[in-house]
Amino acid sequence: MTRFALKSLLGRKFRTVLTALAIVLGVAMISGTYVLTDTIDRAFSSIFADSYAGTDVVVSGKAADISVDFESPPVPPIDASLLEDIRGADSVEIAMGGIYDESNTKIIGDNGKALSTNGAPSFGFGLDTAPELSRFNPLNLLEGRWPSGDGEVVVDAGTADREDFVVGESIEISTLRPKQDFEVVGIAQYGDVKSLGTATFAIFDVSTAQALFDRAGKFDAISIAGTEGTTPEQLIGAIQPLLPKDAQVKTGAEEAQNDQDDIATFTTFIRYFLLAFAGIALLVGSFVIFNTLSITVAQRTREFATLRTLGASRRQVLRSVLLEAFVIGFLASLIGLVLGLALAKGLEALFRALGLGLPVSETVFATRTVVVSLLVGTLITVIAGLFPAIRATRVPPIAAVREGAELPKGRSARFTPYIALVLIAVALLLLGYSMFADDVGTAQRLLSIAGGVLLLFVGVAMISSKLVRPLAAVVGLPARAIGGAPGALARRNAIRNPGRTAATAAALMIGVALVAFVATLANGMKASNREAIEDQIAADFIITSQDGYTPFVAGAGDAAAGAEGTDVVTHVRSEIAEIAGHGGYLTGIDPNRITEGYSFDWVEGSDATLASMGRDGMIVGENFAEDHDLAVGQRVTIQTGTSTSLEAEIAGIYKPPPFYPLLGAASITIGAFDELVERPRNQYTFVNVPGDPGEAARDELERATAGYPDAKVQTRQEWIDKEDAEFDQFLVMLYVLLALSVIISLFGMVNTLVLSVFERTRELGMLRAVGMTRRQARRMIRHESVITALIGAALGLPLGIFLAVLVTRALGEFDVRFSVPTTQLVVLVVLSVIVGLLAAITPARRAAKLNPLEALHYE
Amino acid sequence: MSTENGTVVVARDVTRRYGEGETAVDALRGVSVEVPRGRLTAVMGPSGSGKSTLMHIMAGLDTPTSGSVTIAGTEITTLKDSDLTKLRRRHIGFVFQFFNLLPMLTAEENITLPLAIAGEKPEAGYFDELISSVGLGDRLSHRPSELSGGQQQRVAIARALVSRPDVVFADEPTGNLDSSTGAEILELLRHSVEELGQTIVMVTHESRAAAIADRVLYLADGLIVKELQGATQSEISETMDEIARV
Repeated sequence: MTRFALKSLLGRKFRTVLTALAIVLGVAMISGTYVLTDTIDRAFSSIFADSYAGTDVVVSGKAADISVDFESPPVPPIDASLLEDIRGADSVEIAMGGIYDESNTKIIGDNGKALSTNGAPSFGFGLDTAPELSRFNPLNLLEGRWPSGDGEVVVDAGTADREDFVVGESIEISTLRPKQDFEVVGIAQYGDVKSLGTATFAIFDVSTAQALFDRAGKFDAISIAGTEGTTPEQLIGAIQPLLPKDAQVKTGAEEAQNDQDDIATFTTFIRYFLLAFAGIALLVGSFVIFNTLSITVAQRTREFATLRTLGASRRQVLRSVLLEAFVIGFLASLIGLVLGLALAKGLEALFRALGLGLPVSETVFATRTVVVSLLVGTLITVIAGLFPAIRATRVPPIAAVREGAELPKGRSARFTPYIALVLIAVALLLLGYSMFADDVGTAQRLLSIAGGVLLLFVGVAMISSKLVRPLAAVVGLPARAIGGAPGALARRNAIRNPGRTAATAAALMIGVALVAFVATLANGMKASNREAIEDQIAADFIITSQDGYTPFVAGAGDAAAGAEGTDVVTHVRSEIAEIAGHGGYLTGIDPNRITEGYSFDWVEGSDATLASMGRDGMIVGENFAEDHDLAVGQRVTIQTGTSTSLEAEIAGIYKPPPFYPLLGAASITIGAFDELVERPRNQYTFVNVPGDPGEAARDELERATAGYPDAKVQTRQEWIDKEDAEFDQFLVMLYVLLALSVIISLFGMVNTLVLSVFERTRELGMLRAVGMTRRQARRMIRHESVITALIGAALGLPLGIFLAVLVTRALGEFDVRFSVPTTQLVVLVVLSVIVGLLAAITPARRAAKLNPLEALHYE
Repeated sequence: MSTENGTVVVARDVTRRYGEGETAVDALRGVSVEVPRGRLTAVMGPSGSGKSTLMHIMAGLDTPTSGSVTIAGTEITTLKDSDLTKLRRRHIGFVFQFFNLLPMLTAEENITLPLAIAGEKPEAGYFDELISSVGLGDRLSHRPSELSGGQQQRVAIARALVSRPDVVFADEPTGNLDSSTGAEILELLRHSVEELGQTIVMVTHESRAAAIADRVLYLADGLIVKELQGATQSEISETMDEIARV
């Protein structure tokens, strides 16, 4: 029987390959995701390991333990004088003080603009590169030499490569200071990490960096190596007594681990994000497998019956079908595993193209990748093959001698619609629970959403065989109108085996539903975003950083004040802080002027409240006040990353738009903010001009801020447009990832059609004999394919919109709008038609090639 | 040219060879046939005599290795596939042993299928006449699975006649039916010749079927070896036995 199973696979190569492809792509996505994220992980761990390789312990400032959205406040510096104390301490072999800045260094590219890191760090380091301190230097110099004296810089290899920087070239870099010229004296990289993705670094000598980053007489960290035989713990014991209370000492290993843990959260997120798409692809793939095996089992009824008459038991028939599934699944997984290596590169290119490049090292191909890919791929194929295999066992031996024997209907077929309805009901309960129940953990919520959506898809797919007829009647109208008799026949063909058409369409339905869901949700979010900005912003110009969300150096905002004929209303400083014991964003504003550029929706207080708000006054957003039981008149403590804190009285409460509040949870005066936050940065600077905001005013503002290329001057409308463009960019990434599952469903359609053409060989021969031209035969198959695709779209679109409604409701507290993106949905329908046309190419050609004579003789 | 009493199909010196070299098989070795209009011509012969091949070639489904075939005055051996298809639409009807109806279409839709494919509508008067002559009046809205074998073959015959072709080719039309149903079908074929003036070429190995023919051609080893006019069933089967003995 084993040999029989294998031979029958070999006998149907085209079909087997197509079936396998459905699994290959899903598995490739799994393996590609693991390879990519492992490679990123390894790059980061190599960076961190190199950073602390020669360092036993590190002394740094101590920031208050605050975390908001996985971000922590910047660490304050330590006094440079500590270095001498430490060098004199027992057990200390050698020590180095360095400057480490993560966000203020902007390298200016060829186009005169700051290189965008899209949220990735833009490192600026001050390193003492004396040869005896080289153990503390995490970088490998690839070319040139280390910087010495102001005006010299070493840049990272990835940036040099992208921007064609060469040693000896002069480039511009802005820091806390306006942009200055630096000569590139060397090019360096971390270990074997060729590119940091979109992140950049610039290395200066220590005193230059101290000047550029306001660190005169300070260090960000001191790296220390102990004498021979000293353990890091002993070293800490020796150093601890020397430190002031706002400094701390940790082992290098501990620091590396902390950094690694921080980044692990991030790579884990990417991993699960991509694995979700792999899961979708495999779900679609399992539909394809299920359908293909069902059809082939039906077509081989007589073959199974013959086996039964020859003495094969039901169990043997079951095993032979399952073995086929296993072999297909295993081989497909094997191919998918290898293809994943290429897909990892593709995914990386996708991220890079969207400006989200990540560091990569040598490709990591872990054992876990192999095991998971093979196991999941094979298992899903075998499970999808289980039902067809069970049906094969129902074939009675007598079918061997009956003309036109058909597979007996499964005993459960009668109950299918009821099972489907139960599944849908359970799915809706799960979705409702996950989205509207309180006190549900994130993991639990996500799991029940995934489970709910999965059940919903399976349920709808199961019941869709009942919907094929009515749907085909509608979506088949164009086929009838433009396809003539072949079009009308195509519609009849599409509904003659509703189960088969339904399963084929259901595979496409999943992709269409998810695209429609994403498009609708994003459209609503864009609308909410736009309204939030319009409701809040009254200023003529808004200055932000290039990416729009990272704060920019305060100096850039101050420079804008120097622009002629324009009027800076207020800066909006921003930093993470602890407000009344809860983490949140703290913003600093000019209370006397902010209403000229920002509109408040007051709950308690009024614009006049702002005028009376002193250095110890604050206003808070309604949601933050409600969440933490804060009321006007209450005095609360504001604690930032530095050791200073502020007692402030709540002067007013306003209601920010929940979707995109531009101010933080609490706002204080800029003066108070600057005392609390070291090296304050602006989130925005609002600027008004007399009359209409014209080009002259913009030019003047841009001239004034030219020294800070990270500053972006824009009108409200331009800002909204840019936000829209960013939404669209993210959407493109989702679409590309979802395209994979649509491609898989396309294979499924090809497969079904090829099998149908094969099955209807004699019929096609008759049609050709009674006068159907080859062209008409092709058209008939094409229309059938398009009708199937349109059924998929007709099922998927409402499903996607329904899910979007559900999620919009669930996100009600963020005021997400529901807005149907008509154009995108129409495009989606057109794309479905194109998928149908593509799927029909090979089957239509096969049908047209049939010689009527051979077709009539076909048994 | 076909005239009222002329010939519809003319085959001249037709040979058909399958395969090449030593394994080549000559199915036809030089056959010339004229099919007269308004007559029923039966082609008989033992298995492998080439009778099916001859019919396929005369119907334009297969191409001869040499020789020529004209249907309604058109030389078909040199036609392109699309022209040949259109010629089949207009001039040829088929009746198959296994009926070959489309399961998802009703009887009426199956019958009008050739017209639909050609983008034409049935002539109301003729269509009604046809339906009543094949005796399907109350079964028109049924699907093939709801019809008996004999009824299915009646639908197939109506389908072959609906476009008023110059010639209908019937390939073992009773081969898949029991003898009484088969007799009804033969009667129907005879009737369409008598009443509708249809030309029919029927391939069969049953002398009972051939007995309704005006003319019986005998094939053996790829050649026409005998021809009978208006013979009875017993004459036909005796001749058949003779040929089998040779």
